[in-house]
Amino acid sequence: MTTPDTTAPETTAPDMTTAPADTTTVPAAAALALGDDALVLSHRLGEWAGHAPVLEEEVALANIALDLLGQARVLLSMAGDEDDLAYLREERAFRNLQLVEQPNGDFAHTIARQLYFSTYQHLLYDRLAAGDGPFAGLAAKAVKEVAYHRDHAEQWTLRLGDGTEISRERMRRACEALWRFTGEMFQPVDGVDVDWAGMEAAWLESVGQVLRRVTLSVPEGPRTGAWSAGAGRQGLHTEPFGRMLAEMQHLHRSHPGASW
Amino acid sequence: MVTVTPLEAELLELAGSVPDPELPVLTLRELGVLRAVRLRDAGTAEVELTPTYTGCPAVEAMALDIERVLHEHGIREVTVRTVLSPAWTTDDITEEGRRKLREFGIAPPRTRHEHGPVTVALGPTRTAVSGPDRTTGPSAPELEPVRCPHCGSADTELLSRFSSTACKALRRCLACREPFDHFKEL
Repeated sequence: MTTPDTTAPETTAPDMTTAPADTTTVPAAAALALGDDALVLSHRLGEWAGHAPVLEEEVALANIALDLLGQARVLLSMAGDEDDLAYLREERAFRNLQLVEQPNGDFAHTIARQLYFSTYQHLLYDRLAAGDGPFAGLAAKAVKEVAYHRDHAEQWTLRLGDGTEISRERMRRACEALWRFTGEMFQPVDGVDVDWAGMEAAWLESVGQVLRRVTLSVPEGPRTGAWSAGAGRQGLHTEPFGRMLAEMQHLHRSHPGASW
Repeated sequence: MVTVTPLEAELLELAGSVPDPELPVLTLRELGVLRAVRLRDAGTAEVELTPTYTGCPAVEAMALDIERVLHEHGIREVTVRTVLSPAWTTDDITEEGRRKLREFGIAPPRTRHEHGPVTVALGPTRTAVSGPDRTTGPSAPELEPVRCPHCGSADTELLSRFSSTACKALRRCLACREPFDHFKEL
């Protein structure tokens, strides 16, 4: 299960017309991939503002979104101008995982997306922080923030999975629905020097442990291969992403240079 | 180690006296976010500031306040640079800062002496503190309980891992029943 998906389109060099890469030390394509993950998920979580089930979650999701936005700003600035990259790129130039662009769905879907992604991001930043590469500084800072995101998602997975019949069924459905997007997280990103296979094993172990604790079974659907999803790193995105971008970029494109 | 001139030390002191925009009881020095002030020449200074959280929106306000204070003291050109490394931790808050937080009604972060991997405790979402404190999110279990800043009781429970700002969690005291913010360990 740790074999990279050979059917996915081959990773190409970043599109230089949209991602200026002038630096020799920072792998711009990698900064873009990790930065886009943080930016897109931040925007999705921000969509909960005013709609979260309880006030504490309103605050929690907004805070998590803010942490991710901060990470995105640092990462995108490594790849070029943060505002141009966020607001002026077309859909195909984004390099985020398809997982993070998935719509919020019900609260359980958001929590499942958080569980899958924050576990991945925590494992990744932890490894990057331990190295001395270009992302070590950011990773050392962000890994502690993400530890709280991961804890938040795990606690809610346990609470919903162990709650009422309805909450449990919704949690199960959400974990199943997003499972096919999780294989993409472990396709190696050029310029990110970590043991991807080892990280995937750690991720499966951790997510599996959380699910089993509330006797939810680990989804059995495919994570790689023909019936899985995930070519976001190559610029291929799912249908809802275009609409999300339209909303995210609308103000800046209509009023260039607008500020608060 | 770079030597610091007396003037640079004075400017560091000045910049450090700027209050935090979100927690005005604390100065930037007490918060521990000011890393260095360097003079390029008589009228040009470079300031190094580190954010508490990568997304902390207060950084821009801090930078403006530092620029204003240094301008008032004759430095024409002030550049504030944000540095991430080494990462800020709540251990950088001074003792004086912790005392002021407590007086302000915010439980200060507990100090840690080891910086090993972060353990993630699994447990029910809302629980009172009993036995090892598993209610503060990813904090090391050997930490002492969070004490109520109002009555000092160690009998407090977590209401929400996130609060009014990214750096705080919301808790409630089970002795005096008052809710309070807790500056999370980072």
